[in-house]
Formats: sequence, C-alpha cells, structure tokens
Amino acid sequence: MGVTARSSRPSRRSLLGGAAAGIFTLGFHIPLPAPADAATLGAAPVAPEVNAWVVVRPDETVVIRIARSEMGQGTLTGLAQLVAEELGCDWARVTTEYPTPGQNLARKRVWGDYSTGGSRGIRESNEYVRKGGAAARMMLVAAAAKGWGVPAEACRAEKGVITHAASGRSTTYGAVAGAAAKMEPPKDVVLKDPKDWTIAGQPLKRLDTLAKLDGSQVYGLDIQLPNLLNAAIRDCPVVGGTVKSFDAKAVAGMPGVRRVLQVGDSAVAVVADTFWRAKTALDALPITWDEGPNAAVSSQTIAATLREGLDAEQAFIGNKAGDVAGALKGAAKVVEAVYGVPFQNHATLEPMNATALWTPERCEVWTPTQNGEAALAATAEAAGLPATQCDVYKIHLGGGFGRRGATHDWVHQVVLIAKEMPGTPIKLIWTREEDMTHGRYHPVTQCRLRAALDEKGALTGLHMRISGQSILAAIAPQRMVDGRDPVTFQGLNPGGPEAAIGYTIPNLLVDHAMRNPHIIPGFWRGVNLNPNAIYLECFMDELAHAAGQDPLDFRLKLMGNHPKHRAVLEAVAERIGWRTAPPAGVFRGLCQTMGFGSYVAGAAEVSVSDAGDLTIHRIVAATDPGHAVNPQQIDAQVAGSFVYGLSAALYGECTVKDGRIEQTNFDTYPVMRLDAMPAVEAILMPSGGFWGGVGEPTIAVAAPAVLNAVFAATGKRVRQLPLRNTDLRRA
Amino acid sequence: MARLTVNGVVREVDAEPDTPLLWVIREQIGLTGTKYGCGIAQCGACTVHVDGAAVRACSLPLSAIEPGQKIVTIEGLAPGADHPVQRAWAQLDVPQCGFCQPGMIMASAALLAQTPNPSEQQIRAEITNICRCGTYNRVLAGIKLAAEGGRPGRG
Ligand code: FES
Ligand code: FES
Repeated sequence: MGVTARSSRPSRRSLLGGAAAGIFTLGFHIPLPAPADAATLGAAPVAPEVNAWVVVRPDETVVIRIARSEMGQGTLTGLAQLVAEELGCDWARVTTEYPTPGQNLARKRVWGDYSTGGSRGIRESNEYVRKGGAAARMMLVAAAAKGWGVPAEACRAEKGVITHAASGRSTTYGAVAGAAAKMEPPKDVVLKDPKDWTIAGQPLKRLDTLAKLDGSQVYGLDIQLPNLLNAAIRDCPVVGGTVKSFDAKAVAGMPGVRRVLQVGDSAVAVVADTFWRAKTALDALPITWDEGPNAAVSSQTIAATLREGLDAEQAFIGNKAGDVAGALKGAAKVVEAVYGVPFQNHATLEPMNATALWTPERCEVWTPTQNGEAALAATAEAAGLPATQCDVYKIHLGGGFGRRGATHDWVHQVVLIAKEMPGTPIKLIWTREEDMTHGRYHPVTQCRLRAALDEKGALTGLHMRISGQSILAAIAPQRMVDGRDPVTFQGLNPGGPEAAIGYTIPNLLVDHAMRNPHIIPGFWRGVNLNPNAIYLECFMDELAHAAGQDPLDFRLKLMGNHPKHRAVLEAVAERIGWRTAPPAGVFRGLCQTMGFGSYVAGAAEVSVSDAGDLTIHRIVAATDPGHAVNPQQIDAQVAGSFVYGLSAALYGECTVKDGRIEQTNFDTYPVMRLDAMPAVEAILMPSGGFWGGVGEPTIAVAAPAVLNAVFAATGKRVRQLPLRNTDLRRA
Repeated sequence: MARLTVNGVVREVDAEPDTPLLWVIREQIGLTGTKYGCGIAQCGACTVHVDGAAVRACSLPLSAIEPGQKIVTIEGLAPGADHPVQRAWAQLDVPQCGFCQPGMIMASAALLAQTPNPSEQQIRAEITNICRCGTYNRVLAGIKLAAEGGRPGRG
C-alpha cells in the first residue's frame, strides 16, 4: 500500500509553476482535494513501499517518510540522515515526504508521534526511525539474496547497491524494492554504533534549501486551490469576550466580498475573492464586542497578583533539600532579589493561516503545524465529523517556535468558516495584528530568590519562589500532576535526564505559587527554562559578588556532583578567555543550565557606551546533547536560538491594557535585526549515551550570560526584562 | 486595469488602486514567492525590486507604480536561481524556515547592485529585514561571499 495515495495527481508545485525539481528538491506533494468518490487510502501506489518509512522508486530515488514537522530547525534533514544511515542508501538520491496524520490514524500510528516541539524531533524518535531504515535494508538485501538463491548474510549493501561478492553479482535497491515489499519484516533489528556513522553525524547540507532560494517553496500562506476564497478574521481583542453585534450590510457591497459571518462566539470573518479585499472589508466592518470581566485586567493588576504570590503560604514544591528556613536563619549574610519576565509573542514571520475544504462527508485542511495529529483532532472537532473522514496536509512552516503545536485555534476558525460554505476551499490568513494580539504567550512569572551565605561566602541555602502563570493549567491540564505544573521547574529539578539543576546546595527549596491571568500562555521556544535560567544564573552572579568571589569559581565549588554541567561551563569559560583580561572596555558574563535533555552553557562579551548603548560582541555557547546528528544544523540552531532569546531579553514585551495585548506589530514589538547580531561560536561536545535536544536549550543561556556581562560593565543588575526598559548609563 | 511589468512580462491587473503591490503580486499575478510578514514596512519579507531598487511592496500602493517601471520578484531575480546571492546562499545553507529569505535575498541583491563590495558595517546598516529563525550571521557571510562572486555550484 502506498502512502502517497494521490501522488499520481499533479502536485501543487507544478500547478504553481514552481521551480524545476532537482534531486535535492523536496518531493512534497501538496495534494488537491480528494474527489468525493476517491479511495484515499490503499489506492495503487506509484512505487511500492518497502516499509512505512521507506519507498524506493524504480529510478533509485529513495523517499524517506518524516512524521515530524520541518519549521526551519533542520529536523527533516536530520531524521532523513538517521533513516538513510541504517538503510545504506545513496544520500544524493534521498527525498522526503510527510505521511498525513489521517494516514497515520488509518495505519494505527505506524509513524508514531507527530508532535514537533520540546526539541524532541530527533531525540524521541531516533530509535524507531533508525529501526525503520535498518529493517528496510534487511528486507531489500533478503529480496536480492532470495532472487539469487544465496543466504542474505553473504550479501552486503552500500549506497543503494546490493552485492554478493562470492558470485560477483550485484543489483540495486530500486530493482528489488517490489520484491522486498513482500518480504517478512525482520524480527530482530540491530542498529549501527554511532561511531560507524557515515551519513548521520555528518555536517550535510539541508535537503530543503534550494526551494527556499527562488520563491518556489510553498508555505501555508501560498496554497492555491481551484475556486479558493480568502478569509480575514478578527477575534475579540479581550480573551474571554464575545461578539455582541456586527453590521454585515455595511461592507457587503465592497469589492470581492462574498460573505460576512460570525465564527464561534468571539470572532467575525469576511470572505472575499482575495485576501486583501477580505481584510479591507473587515477593517471597515462595524463590530461591537462584549468584552466581559477581563477588560479590567492590566499589566499592573497582573504584576500585583504575582507579587502577592511571592509571599503566599501555599506553593507547589519542585525541588527540596535540607532546611532552607534554618539555613537562612543561621546565615552570616542573606542576599535577596526579585526578578521578572513579561509575556512574549512567538511572532513567527509567517502569521497563522490554514486552508480548509468542508463537505458533509469530509473535511481537509492544509496548514503549517508542529503537530499534524493535534491539527487533525482540531479539524474533526470543528468539522463535526469523525477523524477518519478528515485529513490534514502539513505544509512547511514559516517558523513555529511552539506556537503551531499545542493549540490549533486558527484551524478551528477556518474549519468553522469552511463549514458555512460547503464545497468551497477557504484560506484564512491572520494579519500580523491579529497574530500579535491573539498569541499563546510566553508565560509571565516573577521570582524571589533568598540565599544564605556562611562567613566564608559559601552558599548554604537557597529559596527560589516562582510566582506566576502555568502553561499546562491553561492548555494541557491533563498533564498536571496533583495540581502542580512540572514544566514550571525546568532546569531546577533535583535530577533526571531532562532538566536538572547543576548545583549541589545543601538547603534548597524551589516552589511555585501558581497565579493564572486570563492571557493564554503557550510553549514558547525554550519554555520555562528561559526565565528559570535568568533567575538562577543572574542570582548566582549576584551571590558571587556578595561573597567577593569570581563568578566562575563560585559556581564550580557547587558543581562537584554535576560533571556534565561543569564540563560545558568550563568549555565556554575557556573559549571566552575567562581567566585572561578582556580587551579594554569589554566585559564578560557566563552561565550554565540544563534543559530538553542537553547540558548548555554560555559566555558573552559586551560593552556599554557612555550613552548607555549595549553592544554584544560575541557569545560562546557549549552544548552537550549526547549525540549530534548534524553538526552544521546544530550550529545554525544555536545561533538562531540566541536571536530568539536575545530578542526577548533585550526588547520583547507584550503588555496588557484594558484586558488586551497592546503590541500589534513589529514597530511596537521590536526584535533583533542584523545590526545587533553578535558573533556566535558554538561548541558542540557530545559525550554520548543520551539524546538531548538542540533547538531550544541554548536559548536559555543567551540572556543570563549577557545580563551578567552588563552588570560587569555597568554595575547595574537588570532584574525586570526586557533590558531596554533599564537606563544603562553609568550613574 | 493597471499595467505592470513583472519579471519582464507585461501584465494587466484588476485591483483597486490602493491595493499594495505585495498583494497584487501574490493574488492578481499569482507569484507567491514574495511574502507577507507585517504589512507596515517593518520586516522586509515583501521586498521586490522596482527599477533595481529594493522596495517593501506591502507599503507601496498599485497607484504609485509608474507605467514602464520594471518590477522584479524573487522568481525573476536570475534564470535558474543563479544570482551570486542565491549561489552564496546555497553554498552556506543560509535559510532556516526560509520565510524571510526571498526578502533577504532581494534586499541583498539590491545592496550589492548598488555597493558591490560593502563593508560589514554597511551590510549591518542596510539589511534591516527581520529573520525570526536567526539566520543573520549566515546572511552576513552570504553577502560577503556573493560580493566575492560566489563559487560556482553547490556543495
Ligand atoms: S510585509 Fe512588507 S515589510 Fe513586512
Ligand atoms: S529563515 Fe525563518 S524567518 Fe528567516
């Protein structure tokens, strides 16, 4: 059974008049809607699949199926490398495709989890995708051996060619793929030792670059289907508010307008022949809202609620050792500080969008998503159809960063619109303004840290009280544990393979007073590791200064039991030249943390002018992700994560007034641009034995390294982010 | 009906005169390589060339285009995507998600057309496009490589 059941149909690429397909061009088909009578699964395949992961075409092209989503992080190339490594095919002939979530459902989740977030693309699926590749190789070899009447063990496969040395015979994967598809899948699959890898672990070029250079890469925004209409939408600016009324007649006669309709309780959409006309009419449409009680909320009221939480009796415990209260009482010196981070928007450069086609029998959606299965569930729910009568075609993402994974609010909207116009494909595009004001924001938290130092300046106790928002409580309550949100404690856990604190502190308490404002939070690249690393690592710096010690030495004394944390910290210290004097006017800061299964550290060099302008000259990051699948991609991920993390730390802030987010576009939500971009040096030090993520962990070390360097330069502690709210001129 | 010359082809387009050039290119002409990112001339995703100069098409109404002005989009930058900037981009694997890249490439090509050997300072000042994936250092390296003429082919 072929998974690309419709691959004989014309692809969107050809309909769009896109670029010529080269062997490096992605083989994604953007399928047309299914005709009502089409058997969508089990139709005659173009080439037989050897197994769920691998199709070999007669021309020797190897199609590797990828369940996770490519959003710029290179997971597509990385996962294909892993399959290709075990398959033993010719990398130059590899192409990839996404099986749809509907096909996964029909085939009992043969491709496993589709969710792409938490830096999990490679670390969680590497074993089964490698097994998929290895099993396909064994079946291809077995098929060739059977044809020759020789034992499979006497044959070997390399670069897509199978040889039987004893008889001098050889054949190719493409020639035996049909026979291989009929072989029994092997029961025991042995994977290669990573040290023998020749494709995985190599700094290979990305598979998806060329289409991104000439405009031929199709994003969700670019989907074109016959008879497609475009929709623009406005959701109530205050979360929780509803539509009171709107005057459709006022815009009904405007150019191109086909329909003005309410979407759910809280939104109004205009459908027109083009998006621009839909948006123009929507801007002219009189709408009155019932904003509800949340309209009274502001950044100030939220901050007051969080401040109250800093002293609250009740709090969920994330990490506890010894007796903090006793340590603080007996301390030679107590150091205390309060830090805080604001809401952040993901601001993917491609705004939210989706295209839907609804009929009473079937609903299909084309959308950029980090989680095809969740998008399918949202489609089915909004469509009022069983999931088996729906499907989602994943389109390359113009950025994800967590926004396009856990919730699919925009998919819901487009399906509700399409349902009102059966048989007509509807493309919904959010304006940047809609995207900025209806995000799933990085949660707002504050943190009070209290530490006990003894007379020698050693850290004897630490209480970290986090007060603020829980992501899980808002969008994934089923993942809460006894009312507690474990994600809140990222990087501060007592141990475990995921996000453990890197210090041994005899008396320690990390707890969380949950305070949930109405603004909906979400997983934002780096998630809670970002604020937690800022809180702990900037405070560690404060403690080192209070103790009169070097910030590196102060940390190292607490890290004897944490050799992997220590190794990355020492690596960045060494590279930045911590033990030598920096150039005149340049100041340094460093930090370390652990998250998403990887150990990371950062060190920065900055200068601050007399006018208070900050220049970040250089950042060094070290990552120990266990295994490294594609070093070149990891390098790009580290640099990219710094841009994302520093944009937030330096400039980003979504504030609330009258219950709504005030920032509406990049003029009021500034982000880092090339002029501010520092040189980035990434040190990759895979120590083996585990699989950590690389898309997120380093984001968390950019901000504390820079903030600590800013203190070294100015004597000013920036405790409330973003930094641009602080005057850095020397007092 | 307005008449536009896009990538060397003369097109009749039917759009209101205040329609931004970006949406005329994407929706009336059907060339979707030029992207929408902000609509207010902040991000540069919509960058095209008008008579060789980089402009942010989201903020340029159709009515502002003079007859005879030559518009070039990413699809028409160079036959076979063989512009030195595109070659350098391929060699350095610049794009991540790629959504900003048509604009980045068009802005970079216009910069090099005007200033064939820009200093790093000039590149940092002139290329103000937003990339949320953070490809800036590769963009910088790519422009320098393209200024040297790039090396032929890929990898
Ligand atoms: S879309 Fe034109 S500058 Fe952003
Ligand atoms: S590559 Fe994704 S926004 Fe630039």
